[in-house]
Amino acid sequence: MSGAEMTSDPWLILLVIVPLLAAPVCVLLRSATGAWSVATAVAWSVFAISLKLLDTVMDQGVVRYRIGGWDAPWGIEYRLDSVGVFVVLIVSAIAAVILPYAKRSVEKEIRKDRIYLFYAMLLLCLTGLLGITVTGDAFNLFVFLEISSLSSYVLISLGTDRRALTAAFRYLIMGTLGATFYIIGVGLLYQTTGTLNIADLKTIMPAVIDTRTVHAALAFLTVGISLKLALFPLHMWLPNAYTFAPGAVTAFLASTATKVSAYILLRIIFTLFGDVDLFASFPLQPILITMALAAMFLASLSAIWQENVKRMMAYSSIAQIGYIVLGIAMATETGLTGGIIHMFNHALIKGSAFMAIGAVVFSTGAVTLTQMEGIGKRMPYTMAAFVIAGLGLIGVPLTPGFISKWQLVTAAMELNMWPLAALILLSSLLAVIYVWRVFEVAYLRPAPEGAPAAQEVPLSMLLPIWVMVLAALYFGSNATFTLNLAHTAALQLMGGL
Amino acid sequence: MLFAFLSEAQAIKLAVLLPLIGGLLVMWMGERNRNLREAASLLTAVLTFALVASLTGEVLGGARPSVDLFTMLPGLSVTLTVEPLGQLFALIASGLWIVNTVYSIGYMRANKEGNQTRFYVCFTIAISAAIGIAYAGNLLTLFLFYEVLTISTYPLVTHAGTPLAIRGGRVYLGILMSTSIGLLFLAMLWTYNITGTLDFVEGGILAGQIQGPELAVLMFLYMFGIGKAALMPVHRWLPAAMVAPTPVSALLHAVAVVKAGVFSVVKVIVYIFGLDFLNQAHSVDWLLFIAGFTIIAASIIALRQDNLKRRLAYSTVSQLSYVILATAILAPISVAGAVMHIAAHAFGKITLFFAAGSIYTAAHKTEVSQLDGIGKRMPFTMVAFGIGALSMIGIPPTAGFISKWYILTGALETGEAFAILVIVASTLLNAGYFLPIVYRAFFKDQQPRPESDPYAKYDNHGEAPIAVVLALCFTALGTIALFFYPDVPLALGRALVGG
Repeated sequence: MSGAEMTSDPWLILLVIVPLLAAPVCVLLRSATGAWSVATAVAWSVFAISLKLLDTVMDQGVVRYRIGGWDAPWGIEYRLDSVGVFVVLIVSAIAAVILPYAKRSVEKEIRKDRIYLFYAMLLLCLTGLLGITVTGDAFNLFVFLEISSLSSYVLISLGTDRRALTAAFRYLIMGTLGATFYIIGVGLLYQTTGTLNIADLKTIMPAVIDTRTVHAALAFLTVGISLKLALFPLHMWLPNAYTFAPGAVTAFLASTATKVSAYILLRIIFTLFGDVDLFASFPLQPILITMALAAMFLASLSAIWQENVKRMMAYSSIAQIGYIVLGIAMATETGLTGGIIHMFNHALIKGSAFMAIGAVVFSTGAVTLTQMEGIGKRMPYTMAAFVIAGLGLIGVPLTPGFISKWQLVTAAMELNMWPLAALILLSSLLAVIYVWRVFEVAYLRPAPEGAPAAQEVPLSMLLPIWVMVLAALYFGSNATFTLNLAHTAALQLMGGL
Repeated sequence: MLFAFLSEAQAIKLAVLLPLIGGLLVMWMGERNRNLREAASLLTAVLTFALVASLTGEVLGGARPSVDLFTMLPGLSVTLTVEPLGQLFALIASGLWIVNTVYSIGYMRANKEGNQTRFYVCFTIAISAAIGIAYAGNLLTLFLFYEVLTISTYPLVTHAGTPLAIRGGRVYLGILMSTSIGLLFLAMLWTYNITGTLDFVEGGILAGQIQGPELAVLMFLYMFGIGKAALMPVHRWLPAAMVAPTPVSALLHAVAVVKAGVFSVVKVIVYIFGLDFLNQAHSVDWLLFIAGFTIIAASIIALRQDNLKRRLAYSTVSQLSYVILATAILAPISVAGAVMHIAAHAFGKITLFFAAGSIYTAAHKTEVSQLDGIGKRMPFTMVAFGIGALSMIGIPPTAGFISKWYILTGALETGEAFAILVIVASTLLNAGYFLPIVYRAFFKDQQPRPESDPYAKYDNHGEAPIAVVLALCFTALGTIALFFYPDVPLALGRALVGG
């Protein structure tokens, strides 16, 4: 605690303040281009800030900021450790890449007079996601959770298809349930302990863990967050939301929102309840592993049967969340590292995939397999990006998916869970099937009669896609940096640091 | 020296990169300038071979030059190391690539195949991957290039784009991907977990680390995980791959891809398990029986195939298991024989496929039963076919005799009666499915096709285009030359087992 007074890093609060204040600026500007420029500038500065924070965290371990100068646990403390900074980096990097891409895509998909509102919402969503990761206060976390959720409902409902409205509404119901469960859990904890500071709760927890209230709180917290995380079988809101949302929104949410929810789950299990051995006193591990495996297999099987490629990738996301949760559930150094690094790797892979599909929708309107026949010839660069992303989902070497699988299978072997090791690999074979369905249609079927010869998207969309793909290939062939970061985070969560 | 200006490390890197650079050139030329595009392909092939060949001397001299490309995981690099076995494989793949390019130019143009640029580009990636496999310094590198080879050859298998080709492609990709990801990946991670290394080390890395049933399971994972070696029952991708244009079947599915499979098998047995270690542990004797079974069963299936390319494919399945059988005998001399067989089979089988493609191009015939009297119309093609067939059976003066001789010597030394029996029986079977083709071609009279047959107009055909004939004559002569001058492959084989 002694470090708290000494270091109070203002960059931490700027991470949240900048996008929060920029959102009303977008509304005031009332101009599509103006709002986009502000949002892009914000995303890039947030990314720069998070790089700076990464540097500080790697140097000092933990960065803090006391809101209003009040010390924790009375005041709200912002607190960023290596776990948080990894997630902050994911969110801000994805935002920085997607915003340039969004410009043309949004112009086409959203009514012109609503575009500035779109960017305001996107900035609020960014605020919420970043806020969740930097706050050290359980109630403050709820506030940011709601900010990000409410703005994402709006973002999804802006999709051109009218089914986007029902999808957003469904997400709203499920999301609100999740958030309510979370706040009930926090309320129960507050009632028992009298504090909302996460670090404070952690130290008090061993004294109160054997009460029925805390057990109930744990149940509410985990189920509530599993809803937001779309952990099988609480994933029902996700496929429609991702399918009907505007292309840029799907790409953004798929690579960030679920990762942040996974981060909350990590915080609950390893920080809030970090000083009590949850895995010994509750059957948490078998439950989480079962859910994760069910997600990996059932969602992948669903993905295989999808005609709509966006929906296929949405189901694939549910399966990939399974990998993340599996890593968390193994609760060993290696397993956690695997789960955490897959948050990053999957963000890159799925971001690329959804951006590529968004580009196809942008220039041809095609989103089902039948409509995408022969698209490989007409949009060679976009589809090449999609193929690489697809190989990443399978886990082919040189893609980051390979690194994740390497780590997760190693973790399973270390625990002597041989069937689990085999099942992880088996489930990636299901990815081969759905990825190859798209591949066959795109490259081996002739284009429909009268289709234009070339329909490649403008450079402003192609470039961000390839930035993401090349980043994926880089972190797939040179994973030392990301693995070390994830490993440090895992150690911190396990209490070894 | 042509490449004297390059350091060893640069030369090794360039050997893998050169085909890719050639691929970019080919892509850039595209359909606009086909002659230049083909010239780029050919030049790349020649340069790659020259570069690979320039490394031979040092390897025979005992050097093992090595270079790290990049660090994929902490402590695990993608590394290229030149050692005898890899050198031989790289020599074969890049050398036959030159011949195959000449052949492809003749074949693809005569048959007016579409998407030729994609074809040549994928070919360059596949060759780059094959050389990467050959020079892999550790299992991770091998796995990486192994997967690249699978993916880059998929568009070649499905080249025709017909429903049949797509189905074939699914079987191809399905089996190769599921075995490599499901089994080989698991075996690799297991090995890494118990030994903490994936390097190919002389004498192996597993000795004393694993035993009993676990050793047998690990061996099982490796042998069936390396699906490209086509041990039964994971061999079905090979006949499925025959829907590809013949140059692909010839170089990739008789040489590069399948040899990558048996090469990986030899590499894993010699450098991961270690011959001495396996000799002490008897839990892997089953491998001998599976290989023996595959040899015989595939030969029997080959006997019943009327489609020429499918017959050749099953013959390949059978011949690949010769290499596995020879390695599983675990005697140094038979392992040297296995290495020799990789070379011998490469030359023989590519000749046979070249001949099959030549027949298709000139006469539009694909079935064995159609080949009556074809030897009179296509003497060069069919004589070359005969030479290839003799090598498959193992009759002097062809390369196949030498390798069988070594394998048999090893079997006799160790007293493996089963292996001897299999080799004798399969020799008879080989004769049974190859000699009738030669007999038909030269001693029967041609049966004209009915008027209704759309290909009847091709009945009055001559030899295939000159590029095709040149290529197949060259490899046929190579099959004979390898009998008289087997020094290089044998020396490399001996260097592998330290004899």
